[in-house]
Parts: sequence; C-alpha cells; structure tokens
Amino acid sequence: MSKEDLSRTPLYESHRELGARMVPYAHYEMPVQYQGIIDEHKATRSSAGIFDVSHMAQFRVAGAGARDFLQGVLTNEIGRIDDVGSAQYTLMLNEEGGILDDLIVYNTGFEYLIIANAANHEKDFEWLDDHKPDDVELVDESERTALIALQGPSMIRIMDELTDEDYVLPERFNLNEAIIDGRIPVLVARTGYTGEDGVELVTRAEDAKDLWNVLLSFPEVTPVGLGARDTLRLEMGYPLYGDDMDETRDPIQARLGWVCPADKTDYIGADAVRKAREEGSDEVLVHLRVDGGIPRKGQKVLADGKFIGTIGSGSHSPTFGFGMATAYLPLAYAEPGAIVQVEIRKKLVDGLVVKPPFSL
Amino acid sequence: MPSPQEYLFTNTHEWLSQKDEFSVIGITDFAQDQLGEIVYVDLPEVGDRFKAGQPFGEVESVKSVSELLMPIDASIIEVNEELNDAPDLVNSDCYGDGWLVKVEYGDVDLSDLLDSDSYDTHCSEL
Repeated sequence: MSKEDLSRTPLYESHRELGARMVPYAHYEMPVQYQGIIDEHKATRSSAGIFDVSHMAQFRVAGAGARDFLQGVLTNEIGRIDDVGSAQYTLMLNEEGGILDDLIVYNTGFEYLIIANAANHEKDFEWLDDHKPDDVELVDESERTALIALQGPSMIRIMDELTDEDYVLPERFNLNEAIIDGRIPVLVARTGYTGEDGVELVTRAEDAKDLWNVLLSFPEVTPVGLGARDTLRLEMGYPLYGDDMDETRDPIQARLGWVCPADKTDYIGADAVRKAREEGSDEVLVHLRVDGGIPRKGQKVLADGKFIGTIGSGSHSPTFGFGMATAYLPLAYAEPGAIVQVEIRKKLVDGLVVKPPFSL
Repeated sequence: MPSPQEYLFTNTHEWLSQKDEFSVIGITDFAQDQLGEIVYVDLPEVGDRFKAGQPFGEVESVKSVSELLMPIDASIIEVNEELNDAPDLVNSDCYGDGWLVKVEYGDVDLSDLLDSDSYDTHCSEL
C-alpha cells in the first residue's frame, strides 16, 4: 500500500511535531514510537502515558432492537451491562465459532458504543450491518471521533486536576461524561490495554488536538506509540487480534471462554462454542517466557525436535528484560512449567510456559 | 553528525577500525538510530571465520532484527561480552564501548569499503 492510501488520525500533525516515527498500521499512518519504546513503556508503568488510538473502529448501535441485536451477535451476556455507564469485553464470532473480532461494548444510556480493532473495521461493520434488524441503527463514528488513552498510576491525579471538583471517575469497566479543563466534552471509559489503571477518552475529532495538548502539558505524561502499546499489552497477556486469535480459532482455544457464558445460547457461534467446551480443544493459547533470545511472530515452536506450533505474538519485555511470546500448542504442553523450544533463526532456545501476566 | 574519519564503512552500516594487530567492528550511529533501543545482540564464537558480506550475528531492537554483515574476509578473535548484559551500549556508544567483535585477517582488498565521507553521502541518500 502506498503512503497516499493511508488515513491519518486528527493527531497526525501532533505526532510529527513530537518527532514520532510513523508506520502504516491497519490503513492508518500511526506513531510506532516517539523517544523510544522502552522509555515509553516504563513511563506508562511508572507515571502515565498517552496513546492516540483514534485508528480504532467506533460504532454506535441505537434503536429499540439494539440490546437484542447485540445479545445475538456478541458472545458475552449483554444483561451484565444493563446499568447505564457499564461496559464489557466481548467477542464476535462466525457461525463456526471462529473469532471475527474482540471488542468492548459500552452502554451509554441512550445507545451502545462499540470500540473494535482497526484492522477489522470494515469487516466488523459489514458483519453487523448484514445481521442487524430494521429497528437498529448502526453508525460508523470512527471519522467523527478521536480516542486518546491515558494510562498509568498518575492518571487519577491528572484527571482530578482536569475535571470539576464534583466529578467522580467511573469504576473500572464503566464510563461517564466529563468536561476536561472546563471546555472539552469527553466520554471517560475506565478501560485500557496496558494493565495499568487508565482511562480512554472519546472526544470529537475537532477537539482531539486540544485534549492531547492539555494532557501532554503534565510533566509526568509521556506520549506512547504502538510499539510500547504492544509490549505493555503482551506483558499482561492481553491478546491481539491477528496475532493471538483469528477466524481459525474459537474462544475456548483462545482461552476466552470467560466472555462466552455457558448458559448463554442465543448468539452466533454459540453451538460451536458449546461443542468446543464439551469436547475440549486440541490446542490452546499459551504464554512463553524465553531467556536467551527474542521470539518473533512466525517462528516455530518445537518439543523433542518435533514441530508443535507457531509463535503468534513475540517481543521483548521492557519491564523484565526477557523474551515473551504466545503460541497455540497441544494441550500436553499447555501447563505452566512445561518447557518447549523456539527456533529463533538458526538457534533453538528454551521457552517456559507461564501463566500471564509475565513476571520475574 | 559526521562519521569518524578513522574508520572504514560498509553500505550496510557496519564500521571497521584501521588495522593494527587486529580490527574492531561495530555498527554505525545511523544504524543504531534506525534500529532504536537494542535489547539483544547475538555474536559469533571466537575462532569463527567469515567471508566478506556473510552474516556474523544479529542485533535486535524491541520491534526488529538486523543481520550483521562481515565487512571483509576475517576470523573472530574476541567478542564484546559486555553486550550480553548491556546491549544498549550499542546505542549509547556505537563507536566505543558498543563495539561488536575484534577480527584478524590477512591481505584483503579494502577497496569495496567506504571512507567516512562516502558513507555519510550514502546515508544522506537513504
């Protein structure tokens, strides 16, 4: 794809001004790093990072049939977010139980807001549009809105300073409305992809730059690119669509059965999930700690010299200094403590199966 | 910043110090900057022999891997063990403490290597 075909978020100029290295990602020209992945990663863990995640897909689902529609097209129990301002992590499956996407649904009171992977933007919209009844309104809000994540232990103090004294942050996996710095209306969602306490701020595209600059004016805030976003989420064991799951994997293999309640049977793919749950999976997603090399996507995993799987996500942990990876492996190698080998170019390096999050 | 005058360079961004009893090899400032923070360096064994242009190791940043290519026909007489614990020396001091290997070699043709001016011109065209 040529650069001319890539979209830009409302914060593109801000990234350039900050000296970001820009890369193509899911049809967008996005910052992979500003000062450096390791510093950005550590800043998020120790104080706060801000992330432009406006490339993510944002859909509004409204109308009388919205709740029933989402109940039927998503795996998690929509009744768990009947309270206004609550949210949930959920999956969208095809009929065979293959994972179309993982996403978060927010109940804003008037409607539902879906935030989904940028890489699946068109696919998700088409799937939802094809399955929705006439009494459901589906609107792609991605162009009109921007999304900025503020993540890290300093988030609470920063949000406190930027909001009225009677404003109260939503609980985790909840959202509410706020006015930032007396002028910028935002939706505040207490969600994120880093493992730190954080918020994701939904704002109008035209306010994005203003909001970004207000956040950046705090000395403890560091702009963070997609590079550190990836190492932060992988340290926690949070899956990335495309690397850790896709349409060839079901939720049980992906160890996401917890967002597919067993007593919910009325969603697309439910039969396949029930079958997978009853019969068990031949392979499951495992996490590998690798000392002595950095595992990378696509490398082979072996046991006793035999091929048993392929690395999905693979990177270096800035917090712990070792290599970390995911792979779908046969059940015999899925228990924490199992040792497999990763073929890192010409070398075989041991990988230790661990339960995420990664730790020393 | 211009590259050091006293070194020779490859267009794949390795540098070679002038031969004394041996030469030292590293990667250039341009290379380390492009790679970003280096988190792992894979180096050969002492005694390994390489032809010019052959890969003799790798440097990895968080996001990517780059092969190290031998500038000349040479054999390894020492590797920088410090890099096992402190691979970021390649970023902080690529022409000094962040060196990679020391090599010895016989009479080899150095005419394919670039002087610092030619190397800097090469980088400016990338």
